[in-house]
Amino acid sequence: MFRYIVRRLLQMILTFFGATFIVYALVFANQDDPLQALAGERPITASVRQALTERYHLDEPFLKQYWYYMKGLLSGDFGTSLTGRKISDMMTQAWPVTIKLALIAMVIAATVAVTAGVISGIRRGSMFDNTTLVVTLVILSLPIVVLAPLAQLIFGIKLGWFPPTAGAHPDFHALLLPALVLGSLVIATELRVTRSSVAENLRSDYVRTARAKGLSRKRVIGVHVLRNSLIPVVTLIGVDIGGLMSGAIVTEGVFNIPGVGFNLFRGIRTEDGPLVVGFVSILVIVFLVVNLLVDLLYAALDPRIRYE
Amino acid sequence: MLGNRPWKMAVGATAIALLAAGCSGGGSEDTDATSKSIVIGIGEPQHLIPSNTTETSGAAVLASLFYPLIDFDEKSQPVEVGAESVTSDDNKVWTVKLKPGFTFSNGEPVVSDNFIDAWNYGAYGPNAQGASYFYERIEGYADLQSVDPDGEDGPKKAPEPKAKTLTGLKKVDDSTFTVTLSTPFAGWKSVMGYTAFLPLPKAAFSAPGTIAEGFEDAMVGNGPFKMKGKWEHDSQIVVEKVADFKGTAPKIDGVTWKIYQDQKAEYADLTAGNVDVQTTIPIESLAAAPGDLGDRFQKSPSSSFAFVGFPTFQKEFAKKEVRQALSMAVNRQEMTDQIFLGSQTPATSFVSPAVAGYRENTCGDNCKYDPAKAKQLYDANGGPKKIQVTYNADGGHKAWVDAMCNQINKSLGIECTGVGEPKFADLLTKVEKKEPVGLIRLGWVMDYPLMENYLGPLYGTGGSSNYYGYSNPAFDNLVKEGSAAPTTDAAIAKWQAAEDILADDMPVIPLRFGQNVFGHSEKVKNVHVDIFTKVDLYKIEINS
Repeated sequence: MFRYIVRRLLQMILTFFGATFIVYALVFANQDDPLQALAGERPITASVRQALTERYHLDEPFLKQYWYYMKGLLSGDFGTSLTGRKISDMMTQAWPVTIKLALIAMVIAATVAVTAGVISGIRRGSMFDNTTLVVTLVILSLPIVVLAPLAQLIFGIKLGWFPPTAGAHPDFHALLLPALVLGSLVIATELRVTRSSVAENLRSDYVRTARAKGLSRKRVIGVHVLRNSLIPVVTLIGVDIGGLMSGAIVTEGVFNIPGVGFNLFRGIRTEDGPLVVGFVSILVIVFLVVNLLVDLLYAALDPRIRYE
Repeated sequence: MLGNRPWKMAVGATAIALLAAGCSGGGSEDTDATSKSIVIGIGEPQHLIPSNTTETSGAAVLASLFYPLIDFDEKSQPVEVGAESVTSDDNKVWTVKLKPGFTFSNGEPVVSDNFIDAWNYGAYGPNAQGASYFYERIEGYADLQSVDPDGEDGPKKAPEPKAKTLTGLKKVDDSTFTVTLSTPFAGWKSVMGYTAFLPLPKAAFSAPGTIAEGFEDAMVGNGPFKMKGKWEHDSQIVVEKVADFKGTAPKIDGVTWKIYQDQKAEYADLTAGNVDVQTTIPIESLAAAPGDLGDRFQKSPSSSFAFVGFPTFQKEFAKKEVRQALSMAVNRQEMTDQIFLGSQTPATSFVSPAVAGYRENTCGDNCKYDPAKAKQLYDANGGPKKIQVTYNADGGHKAWVDAMCNQINKSLGIECTGVGEPKFADLLTKVEKKEPVGLIRLGWVMDYPLMENYLGPLYGTGGSSNYYGYSNPAFDNLVKEGSAAPTTDAAIAKWQAAEDILADDMPVIPLRFGQNVFGHSEKVKNVHVDIFTKVDLYKIEINS
């Protein structure tokens, strides 16, 4: 177990450097005039352009720029954005609110999906099953660009149940609506995976054995079926956590949450290499750690799986 | 057995996460309804150092923190505010006298040096201040710049500029200083109304010519409001009233500049009453706004000007008759009504109505929609059968460019297509390489309310925004003569003569003048949004 974790951690370092290199290269390829992108349509005077180009090494070749960046990164310096703000400051502001949002969204989604999925799986073809299938179909087909403003209009403005926007320091209540919207992205798939997994396991031999042993229905479903059915769902949830953090661009925009998605959007729009790469580096780490946790959870769910 | 341990860990981690999510946060930022402080929405300012502030969000915040030398009245004429007087005998040497008794919010008195130091800092090339070109007219500006000897891509670094201070700025005493321009300019007083000409306190500098670390996040100004706490990036900037302020006192106690990334989110907060003033209502919400806001939905003139330019390097547009015909083929009124829902007005002049000297319809018949005459003129002069209009796709221009092309197609029976470039910079790159981009979509927002601020940058030879390369010596001379004229009236006469040349030459097709389309909550009244899209903080009141 220990050796396994160490091995995985070592692999992570390689993955991390590979990923940041690729992302840096992609941003560099997309970059043609970040100074103009920042200034919008205003003309930039020659001397300003010259001074900023030198300050941010914009005229240097790719590998040299990457070297400057990596040198800073390894000494714990994420660099500065083109507006002169420290990227580490921007991160300490953006990450907490996005993590909160993603966690609330994930907990809501997982709770609803697993509960409803299990019930649907047990009572296949029932009224409940058919209703959830239709509802998830509707949610799946609604893109978030429609869902988010719609939820804001109905629950935020017309009904007034939630504040229409959350802002930079939202409380739990203000985050609930954006989290619901964000969670609905993954709820449908998680629910359907749980349902089919439960339905399949219900037919398996060990369940029949358990029933034949005279175990109570509660114990058969709660322990034997659920535990086995959760393996694919946990994988999905693990991947979703990363997705929820990086994929909140639309939700964060609609509900005015200056989190990771917003900063990524700003970085891409203004061709701000260090800003994008800084946030993506952390995202890469989040993905890697979550994946490791998911893999470790397999062992807990299925005793047959062992890591050496 | 590792059977149970990971389970507990997972459950524990989830519990901690939920707890963290639920309990932390909650910095209460809601101002209660009874307070006399208001909330105004802005975007995240790029900078707050005055000489580096070139966009409206930063300028809005600075307007609350600073008391400028010069402001503008309803007719866009410059009036002294923080200055006792700004005078000149020859339009070359300007004497600025400061009103006595003013202090910065940290207690420092406002003296001449505060202006001189701030402007020197702004003009010094290596400081890379976005608004540095405003100091261009001051004597000695060139010595503060340096040119890279082998161009941007070369290995050599630019040498240090010759001087660190402008020779044109001279202190007379603590409340008087002179500004010497390199050439006389009658409109200089108006130029000084821009944010780049605000003072900075001694506390701003850690050493001469170096801004102290962290000063920008906790700006200290000489205005009616001071910053409460720090600039909370991407969140808000809170300012509160300065006690016993010497100048005009505002009627509100403070402003929370709430930062939005998306104007649609700001509009949602406006309708819910969480924002008191939104200066720009996004086009997506325009249809609903009159119903949502009633008479709290308002319009006022702004200085923005939208047009398309003819690239001079494309021979097919060389004949002015072809350019005139294309202009006549466009139905401006239909465009502003159908696509902009009346939020913009048709433009038939080459400068904005926001400036003194504007005359209606200087473009005359050339901007009048007349498809029959347009077709006849176009065909007679052999206009190209195929044209394209290039725009930047990230600015929401597709709808109207396509509509304009349709109008041209219908009027002239040719094939006009809109071509989107991803970004404005991409468009400029193509123009610089002289690729056949066709008509170029452009826009302009003025820096100071003078005709010259449109004529020079947009149509002057080598103008900063003259990407299409229009050049007419007669026009350049008239603009120059106007700038050197002894009085503003004489200047305007010259500039108007210059504008008349444009009406015949048609280097661009004027299309639309912008308006501020703004809304406010029920909490406030007397809301005025000026030509710079700034809320007038001295007029706005709380509804009692």
